[in-house]
Amino acid sequence: MKDYEMVIGLEVHCELQTATKIFCGCSTKFGGAPNTHVCEVCSGMPGTLPTLNKKVVEFAVKAGLALNCDITRKNKFDRKNYFYPDLPKAYQISQLYFPICRNGHVDVKTSEGMKSIGIHEIHMEEDAGKLVHDPVTGMTMVDFNRCGVPLLEIVSEPDFRSAEEVIAYLTKLRDTMQYLGVSDCKMQEGSMRADVNLSVRPVGQKEFGTRTEMKNIASFKAIERAIEYERDRQIDLIEEGGTVVQETRRWDDEKEYTYAMRSKENAQDYKYFPDPDLMPLEISEEYIENIRANLPEFADAKRERYVSQFGLPEYDAEIITGATTLVDVFETATEMTDQPKDVSNWIMTDLLKLCKDNHVAAEDMEFDGKKLGAIINLVNEGKVNRKTGRQVLEKCFTEDIDPAEYIEKNGLAQVSDTSAIEPVIKQVLDENPKPVSEFLAGSEKNFQFLVGQSMRALRGKADPQAVRTVLTKLLDEMR
Amino acid sequence: MDDKTILGLTALELGRAIKEGKTTSLEACKAYIEAIREEDKKYNSYVTVCEEQALAKAKEIDAKIASGAITSDLAGVPIAIKDNICTKGILTTCASKMLHNFIPPYDATVIKKLEEEGMVIIGKTNMDEFAMGSTTETSYHGATINPRGANRVPGGSSGGSAACVAANLAPIALGSDTGGSIRQPASFCGVTGLKPTYGTVSRYGLVAFASSLDQIGPISRDAMDAAAMYNIINGRDDRDQSSTDCNDVSLDNIKSFDVKGKKIGIPEQYFGEGIEPGVKDAVMKAVAYYESKGAIVEKFDMPIVDYAIPTYYIIACAEACSNLSRYDGIKYGFRPEDATDLTSVYIKSRSQGFGLEVKRRIMLGNFVLSSGYFDAYYNKALQAKSLIKDAFDKAFEKYDVIIGPVAPTTALEIGKSLSDPLKMYLGDICTVLVNIIGLPAISVPCGESDGLPVGMQIIGKPYDEEQILGFACNYQNGSKEA
Amino acid sequence: MEITQDLVRYLEALGRIELSPEEEVKTQKDLADILGYIDKLGELDTAGVEPLSHAAGRTNITREDVVINGDMQEQVLSNAPETKDGTILVPRTFD
Repeated sequence: MKDYEMVIGLEVHCELQTATKIFCGCSTKFGGAPNTHVCEVCSGMPGTLPTLNKKVVEFAVKAGLALNCDITRKNKFDRKNYFYPDLPKAYQISQLYFPICRNGHVDVKTSEGMKSIGIHEIHMEEDAGKLVHDPVTGMTMVDFNRCGVPLLEIVSEPDFRSAEEVIAYLTKLRDTMQYLGVSDCKMQEGSMRADVNLSVRPVGQKEFGTRTEMKNIASFKAIERAIEYERDRQIDLIEEGGTVVQETRRWDDEKEYTYAMRSKENAQDYKYFPDPDLMPLEISEEYIENIRANLPEFADAKRERYVSQFGLPEYDAEIITGATTLVDVFETATEMTDQPKDVSNWIMTDLLKLCKDNHVAAEDMEFDGKKLGAIINLVNEGKVNRKTGRQVLEKCFTEDIDPAEYIEKNGLAQVSDTSAIEPVIKQVLDENPKPVSEFLAGSEKNFQFLVGQSMRALRGKADPQAVRTVLTKLLDEMR
Repeated sequence: MDDKTILGLTALELGRAIKEGKTTSLEACKAYIEAIREEDKKYNSYVTVCEEQALAKAKEIDAKIASGAITSDLAGVPIAIKDNICTKGILTTCASKMLHNFIPPYDATVIKKLEEEGMVIIGKTNMDEFAMGSTTETSYHGATINPRGANRVPGGSSGGSAACVAANLAPIALGSDTGGSIRQPASFCGVTGLKPTYGTVSRYGLVAFASSLDQIGPISRDAMDAAAMYNIINGRDDRDQSSTDCNDVSLDNIKSFDVKGKKIGIPEQYFGEGIEPGVKDAVMKAVAYYESKGAIVEKFDMPIVDYAIPTYYIIACAEACSNLSRYDGIKYGFRPEDATDLTSVYIKSRSQGFGLEVKRRIMLGNFVLSSGYFDAYYNKALQAKSLIKDAFDKAFEKYDVIIGPVAPTTALEIGKSLSDPLKMYLGDICTVLVNIIGLPAISVPCGESDGLPVGMQIIGKPYDEEQILGFACNYQNGSKEA
Repeated sequence: MEITQDLVRYLEALGRIELSPEEEVKTQKDLADILGYIDKLGELDTAGVEPLSHAAGRTNITREDVVINGDMQEQVLSNAPETKDGTILVPRTFD
């Protein structure tokens, strides 16, 4: 058997985190009862017209700049015409002739070193609705809630040669979008979707083989498996003397194979033409530079800085910069405490454990870093001990409470005022005459026992150092 | 005030009479609805009459006028609306089986505006199906008859709006103009029709035929009414991003408009072969009138006119085939009972729901946009559009207005047009250029040919509505004096 | 441009339309006439002319990203031929 190599290009759709849809004032919120985030415009009523959401343009330019693209100065929207029940106007407003971003690239880390993946173009378009099979009537139920949610379609060059490169690219893309705050890129909610164009060719051959397209694969893991399956299928086919047919195939994640989707019986020609309802968009140098100047620090730069500036371990920096939610917590808490290493430790040991215990992915976590900052400050000031701090964090994670107030209300504050603890410890000594006399007789180990008894009597709220001081003082007085 | 007097008033006159307490909106609406019931059997100009809503609204408006809450010139005046403009809760069929049962859940922006000014919708008017046609014969509701000529078409596609104004069954109406659909029926029926500059009137709620060409405008008894109506419906609309801020026209300026020293350009090609001598004579007589009042008239060459029809039909059909794709039997409108699988829902709904003229234009549109033909047809038409714009820009460096006929003929006989679509399309030669580049134009009655009305078309620079309305009013004042 | 029956049928398919045999014959002739006339446009010299898609010259008309619509389910479904549980029912789309 010859050696083959894969050639892969990706089309990635990211739903943008705008408040409203791209062409009407309906909410983009995920979920909701069917057809409740829908108006006459996004349901394609006769006589309605689209109105462009300016935030979509801003987000597209942000994404384009982050992915090193040229920004198209004179933009237009085009209509892509086709019939399907999830497309109420029977055309999707997209960009064919003048996409907003072109000629970009992304550098990804692979086991064989860094590799640059070309971005052919990025264009703005609207999402389609959702179709659900109804087993009762045997019919299809149409829900337009998702119709008109803004999308960026990011089209790569056919630069991938392995599934590993694909996953590295997708991870980088997702991180970038998340850092920009333009898309949450949740594959499970469909806000990030990838179409994989794949062909194989004998190593050394210049021409591309015939490619197939696999649409809408729902997770990184599935993408990896689908790529491997489809590569093997194509190689086997060629080795057996067959030819690959250019077609769209669907990945079945349970049965782990791809199958050809039924080809459309009807003629398909998208008949793109400029949408007369939307005015051309001219993007100025000033607009672009303003956005460029305000781009955030991305994962790679942040990770390096966390190690060099804060002295975080590589591993911790990697984990924290892997989710923008953790970055937010880290930076907020560090700002408050000026103790980056402490904050990092709390995140790595306590916060991530809480995520795990509550079955929340770190990137989906809703937790305000100010609370962690407050807790760390309270611990470092000796107001509570670390154990109590951990308990408060646990409470804060699931409930909206203020750490200081909570400690106050529940009497969790550490007692470090010696006059407050002296009477309690005195009583402990009175109740434990034997260990006391043994200690006075020279048995040092009984000191530790008395510390423990005192802490218990103080219900753990006392500063252990203070307890020791008072104990030593009282015992000395008894000598 | 007696019914006959009411029906004889222009919209502004009626508005004044209501304001002065000589009549009421309720009385006026009743008079019109009564007249429609009696007379419209002959013309079929209305497809829906909103008696109940109109009378209730009229009472409400009368109270507001009495309290001074509404003071507009046209407050209380009834109005007829072309059936392709969405009216919340009132059938909007586009004269198509496809939308025979469609009740819009929202109002078009123009409807909101005219209701804010206290106008009362009395009904929806007949039209060519989806505004595709020049005769109002392609309507699902049957043809409209021209009140000015027995057995004649009223023109189209806003034939119902023109006919009801001509027959005194509405003081004023709204139509839409994609390639002459306001001006040509106004011309055929002997009334005034204004197609405003593209963008001055919001298209939101106008069921799209060809989005870059469509524009809503008034059909009225004279230019003053058209001006008053234009002031009500114009203005930037957040729901239509092709709309723009524009100035109201001054009714005083229009009333006292002086043509002395104004330059009129007459494109030779508008009087080329195919134009009826009677039409040419009537228009040239009107031009001579302007000359007699001190205007400077000059003929000029405009060869691009020869490419008007191809350019127009390519652009119009391309946009139409996309705009009309949403009628698929899925979300609203006609879905045949026997459509049981998805493909048949599409094909049967569209094959049975659309008439032949609509299907023909959809097919033409699909042709000019399909891969392999796109550059030779659609893109070529967009290039021609650029040259058309240049030609008009150049002409308007020299002239204040351009004048020609609205149509090469007077109203045609019923049943004679549909069999030969190309011939019908050629009748649009004088009107379509204006739509391609969005200019304002007005159709003004200027006499008769063989007993049928002839319309003169006055074309202006973009946003120069006041000037063309001034020209129109000047002529109408002059012919009243004569 | 010759208008064949195949082309007519292709255009029907693109538009999701089915003409009756008589309509098809008439349409073939009408399209031939109309396109025959439209082909005249080929004579116009447009070398170097930029296609003009939007004549008005307005650009950058956008809207603020603010939610203005609430739940309009009832209105959206009011004209639908068949509905169920807030959705529109259509013949099955799944294989």
